[in-house]
Amino acid sequence: MSTDITTNLLIDDLEAPPLTLQELAWRRFTRHKMAMLGGIFLILLILYSFGGSLFVDEKYANLTNPPIRLSAPSIQHPFGTDTVGRDVLARTIYGGQISMIIGILAVLIETSLGILIGAIAGYYGGKIDSLLMRFTEAMLNIPEIFLLIVMAKFFGNKIPNLTLFGRTFSGSVVVIVVIIGLTSWMYLARIVRAEFLSIKENDFILAAKATGTSNAEIIIRHILPNSIAPIIVSATLGVANAILSEAYISFLGLGVQPPTATWGNMLDGANNYIESAPWLWFFPGFLILLTVLSINFLGDGLRDALDPHSRAV
Amino acid sequence: MDPLLIVNNLVTQFIIPEGTVYAVNGISFHINPGETLAVVGESGCGKSVSMLSVMGLIPTPPGKIVHGEAIYGERNLFTLNEEEMEKIRGKEIAMVFQDPMTSLNPVLTIGRQITEALACHLGMTSIEARDKAINLLEMVGIPEARNRLDDYPHQFSGGMRQRVMIAMALSCNPNLLIADEPTTALDVTIQAQIVELVIQLKQQRNMAVIWITHDLGVVAGIADRVNVMYAGFIVEEANVDDLYENPHHPYTQGLLGSLPRVDRRRDRKLISIPGSPPSLLVKPKGCPFRPRCQYAREICQIETPQLRNISQNHRVACWINVENGEQISG
Repeated sequence: MSTDITTNLLIDDLEAPPLTLQELAWRRFTRHKMAMLGGIFLILLILYSFGGSLFVDEKYANLTNPPIRLSAPSIQHPFGTDTVGRDVLARTIYGGQISMIIGILAVLIETSLGILIGAIAGYYGGKIDSLLMRFTEAMLNIPEIFLLIVMAKFFGNKIPNLTLFGRTFSGSVVVIVVIIGLTSWMYLARIVRAEFLSIKENDFILAAKATGTSNAEIIIRHILPNSIAPIIVSATLGVANAILSEAYISFLGLGVQPPTATWGNMLDGANNYIESAPWLWFFPGFLILLTVLSINFLGDGLRDALDPHSRAV
Repeated sequence: MDPLLIVNNLVTQFIIPEGTVYAVNGISFHINPGETLAVVGESGCGKSVSMLSVMGLIPTPPGKIVHGEAIYGERNLFTLNEEEMEKIRGKEIAMVFQDPMTSLNPVLTIGRQITEALACHLGMTSIEARDKAINLLEMVGIPEARNRLDDYPHQFSGGMRQRVMIAMALSCNPNLLIADEPTTALDVTIQAQIVELVIQLKQQRNMAVIWITHDLGVVAGIADRVNVMYAGFIVEEANVDDLYENPHHPYTQGLLGSLPRVDRRRDRKLISIPGSPPSLLVKPKGCPFRPRCQYAREICQIETPQLRNISQNHRVACWINVENGEQISG
């Protein structure tokens, strides 16, 4: 009787279809405890920022009320109020939206630029490669924060405010997105170039050429999907970096201009109240920390899960 | 009948830091419609490089077609630009490569890869292309073709993948199929199946085939004519029966002598050719086979022998008449 059960089990095991690449990656990802935790926290943070706006009005977040300025956390204002009496909780909700949107949009620009430059350099090689890579290295040699500040100063206040979905965004959001994107593509370009250099030597690229596939199609359809894993990982980590960059320049007062809130510009000015009003910096600072940590753990897990050389099942 | 492809005096070289690699040194050949031409020779003798040159797939740099022309139809393939070549590759002249394990893109489904050529050369819609892809897979003998279209290459065995490669190559009904050692990476029974498949498809479609190989057994089974290559030169060209019965070049004789034969005594030793092929980094002078040749004379050092007719459709590049050991009069 017991032997029957074991044979049945074995047959079931053998008949199970083999894992697809996605299933394998998902399995590896779920084994990575910290990455799962990061993912869960990130979902909660997204729910907080985007779901929160269902309960709190943006006008309320931007409403100044000087008489109650700098009041400590209470029932009415759980996270306290800032220097002009705005509710910190409401501002962390709307600030979170802007910070995350900036992170994602900046990474879109970063990834597009990085892929474009890396792919062309890696695929065509030769002079084009030398030219593009020297340019990339030149960009890398300038400290990123320095570039950000100069560009923020230069482009700041040149873009009018935008109205999207009935909400007004400071034009500085666009400026910040673009300059973060423009100053952060270099590492990705190098990664993509390295991937392209090795993948283009494969026989299947020669075979694709022999069927008359054009260079553009080979780049997009054949090589890019083969190098997608490191791009995803790098883009994920890039979101965290972009959120941090936004926080830097907004903290320095060069970033997103009030009344549009971001976690970064909420910190601006809080340094004068480090001891007297700690809620000013604690809540936005803690949210930035939590978001960046979650994304980094998530990226780490993705790196392990998507690594084709990994033998773990 | 006009030849389908004529290659004249093709010279291909690679400029590398160590110097110049003289890969192909002025070869001329032609292939007629519906004919099977085998190109044989050992590794590094320029078989693949000459075919990749014709296809315009030599990586430049370091490779360079220094000289020559490849007349296909009315046009010289070497003067076409990249865009015009893309229209020829896959549609007019298709290619199957040696290693089916690495010639398919691991992240794209088989269906995706077959329909690629159909969409770009014949302008089919995705539904038409899918149907055609199923037909092609059935034609090359893939069971349950409809269900396998969305499978990835790693779900196929080596022989199956080579069948997929052949299906891809034949998708646009090319006039010429260049098969670059398509059976080398497969085991013997699968080899036989693939050879059989190509013969059958060739007859159905009246397609010309250039079959690159170093397996003389396969050549005997498939080819009409044979070109023997050595160190970037064609040293002998003949009809397949003629070549096996009556090899004239010392190298061809050496190659055939090194084969085990079922009709010979078992204890007979296989004869090997002494020495090794010349370094391709040295500019060829005289006969490339001279250092290993038992008939070598003074003239072999000085001048490279040209192909000369010894009978109809049988040409050999050698200064010596191997039948009587006498030097031919230049």
